[in-house]
Amino acid sequence: MSLFSFAKKTFRGGVHPFEHKEMTENLAFEIMPDPPTVIVPLSQHIGKQATPIVKKGSVVSLGSVVAEPQGFVSIPIHSPVSGKVMNIHREPNTSGYPKDAIIIQTDTTIEGSEKFEPLNYETISGEAIRERVRIAGLVGQGGAAFPTFIKLSPPDGKKIDYVILNGCECEPYLTRDYRLMLEKSEDVVVGLNLIMKAVGVENGIIGIEDNKPEAIEKLKGVATRFKNIKVEVLETKYPQGAEKMLIRACVGREVPPGKLPMDAGVIVQNIGTATAIYDAVVKGEPQLYAALTVTGKGINSPKNLMVKVGTPLQEVLDYCGGVKEEAVKVIVGGPMMGVAQFDFSAPVMKATSGIVVLTKEEVNEHPETPCLKCGKCIEACPINLVPTKLSRYSQLERYEDAEDLNITSCMECGTCTFTCPANIPLVQWIRLGKQKVIELQKEKKTA
Amino acid sequence: MSTPTANPVYKLELTSSPHVHSRWNTKQAMWLVIISLLPPVVASVLFYGFYQLLVILVSVGICVGTEALIKKARHKEVTISDGSAAITGLLLALILPPNFSLFFTAIGAIFAIAIGKEIFGGLGYNIFNPALVGRAFLQAAFPVAMTTWAIPNFSDAVSKATPLAAFKFEKITADLGAMFMGNISGSIGETSGLAVLLGGIFLIVIGVVNWRVPLAMVLGVIVFGGIFWLIDPSKYPNPFFHLLAGGFMFGAFYMATDWVTSPLTGKGMWMYGGGISLIIVVIRLFGGLPEGVMYAILFMNGFVPLINKYTKPRVFGEVK
Repeated sequence: MSLFSFAKKTFRGGVHPFEHKEMTENLAFEIMPDPPTVIVPLSQHIGKQATPIVKKGSVVSLGSVVAEPQGFVSIPIHSPVSGKVMNIHREPNTSGYPKDAIIIQTDTTIEGSEKFEPLNYETISGEAIRERVRIAGLVGQGGAAFPTFIKLSPPDGKKIDYVILNGCECEPYLTRDYRLMLEKSEDVVVGLNLIMKAVGVENGIIGIEDNKPEAIEKLKGVATRFKNIKVEVLETKYPQGAEKMLIRACVGREVPPGKLPMDAGVIVQNIGTATAIYDAVVKGEPQLYAALTVTGKGINSPKNLMVKVGTPLQEVLDYCGGVKEEAVKVIVGGPMMGVAQFDFSAPVMKATSGIVVLTKEEVNEHPETPCLKCGKCIEACPINLVPTKLSRYSQLERYEDAEDLNITSCMECGTCTFTCPANIPLVQWIRLGKQKVIELQKEKKTA
Repeated sequence: MSTPTANPVYKLELTSSPHVHSRWNTKQAMWLVIISLLPPVVASVLFYGFYQLLVILVSVGICVGTEALIKKARHKEVTISDGSAAITGLLLALILPPNFSLFFTAIGAIFAIAIGKEIFGGLGYNIFNPALVGRAFLQAAFPVAMTTWAIPNFSDAVSKATPLAAFKFEKITADLGAMFMGNISGSIGETSGLAVLLGGIFLIVIGVVNWRVPLAMVLGVIVFGGIFWLIDPSKYPNPFFHLLAGGFMFGAFYMATDWVTSPLTGKGMWMYGGGISLIIVVIRLFGGLPEGVMYAILFMNGFVPLINKYTKPRVFGEVK
């Protein structure tokens, strides 16, 4: 495979999982009605959780602030529905760890909603964009859920040359970025333009995998109206949408281990972030909806949905016809990096990109055998690590050896486990070892 | 709603990501190798007759049986269905001379599995290619039987000598066309370059064999063999003779590419393949034996742990 990979813009390594996007790629977004109750976690981002400013019994209107940011790396939370606060309580969460959440019972008789003043995107200043993004409570849509306004404020002295919009959607099954690019092409490109303005950057790139020709055509059409925005067509390969891989493919730069994209002069944002920025600035809407794909052979009617943040998974699954009996896994996120769920009362969050319900046949599990030293994991690892050795060292608790082999550079994309003929849970072992190594490094520092 | 309850309706698996897996698994990869060995098997029957099938059956049967017995004796799970013992049996049979004694074949097969593989802990842990270990043992134990050749079915040759032996001892160069088709003396599965190439390319295309090792070996033998040929064409054979003679092709596509006993990294594969070719050329041109593929691969097998240690790939973004 690597013999021919020089033909298209891409990175070294990676795998080609079955895409299975056909189940939802031609379905337009539906807006799911408000559920009877929403569970709004106070922490939907990396950083400090927000502080609630409502109490049990408070009446809240759609879009009103229910929790204020605490500290710098934090964002406000808005009520996704009009209703009454039932409780503030520790609730199940899609991350697997319970989190404090405000539980609001929907009441459609409560009138009124809160919005921001719509702004003109052509005349707005960078400062105003950043502030609007902060008070609208936007978070990155790439899983880590980093507050967006921080990403838009690079520290002084860091020169940023490019903003890259991540339109790869390299996770199999998911189609929500694709649908956003098709249905909201205008918003995507204007959103990118706003990001460029906020950061003060001349060049904008939208990187899209070549399995989405319609989205490429549409965005190219809209992009012609803007100076310095171009659409870059990339090879369809997992994990093309990982920040480092995307930057390598689009502008040929490599982000050093342990560094951020801005150290290479690049800021990467997701398609969902661009449309959310558009909504916040041009329409004056805080982030109340999550755009997500509900798919997999284990769900009765797959859909692309606009779902209110805080909607319990069970409601979403029921809205899509329910889970079939042969389902074996319900995953929030994509099948390569998502989190398997055990409690469907956990809510959809701002950064939730999909719910994938898999059957046994799709999971394709085989018994584990000893490592055959085939080297496929090494060839597939986009970071050029040696997964088979790292996983072995983790098992043997040889953490210093693992550290020497750069275990902390692993981004846990899962290509090694995916490709391993011996079915060894490589990335799972590496994840464990990586955490241990990071703990040990911290201990060393404090000692 | 506030008390987390296990949902009784679904039986869900809770594992961490990734949640999907490629089409690869050990058993399937092994069976693909077995399928890829069909052309050399057909060639061996074509050139040397149906008796060779018996040798193959005995070799495979004894290899599989030996593995099963050892696993049983060690109270381990019997893993013969993964196909790896069958591959060792097939490979061993195909690198034996024509009309080889079934009894000797069985001894070689037992040795290959017991000493070549199971003594290290079984599949995945052996250092040396088990089939080559078996053949090396036979070569040492029964040197006459191991060098008794036959004239292939479609050949009008009068000498039973292999092209390498003919060159080494009599300075006779065989016809490259006959060598490519396999109409020459040699080990039953090795003589036909065409058959090996068919199976080998199949393995590369489906992704079982990494192309680097065979390519490194082919380039290596052309370069190292070519240097000597350029120095003195009357004394040293041309590089394409090296390529098609003896067990080179079979070694390059089936033996050196064994997952377990070859290096992990791309860089390591180049070094390993190049090293094998250098040793082959040295043994063929200056050693006491006409052929050196087996020893060259076994020798480099021993270097694989070292190669793995010193060919750490450059971590993405790292500046050296």
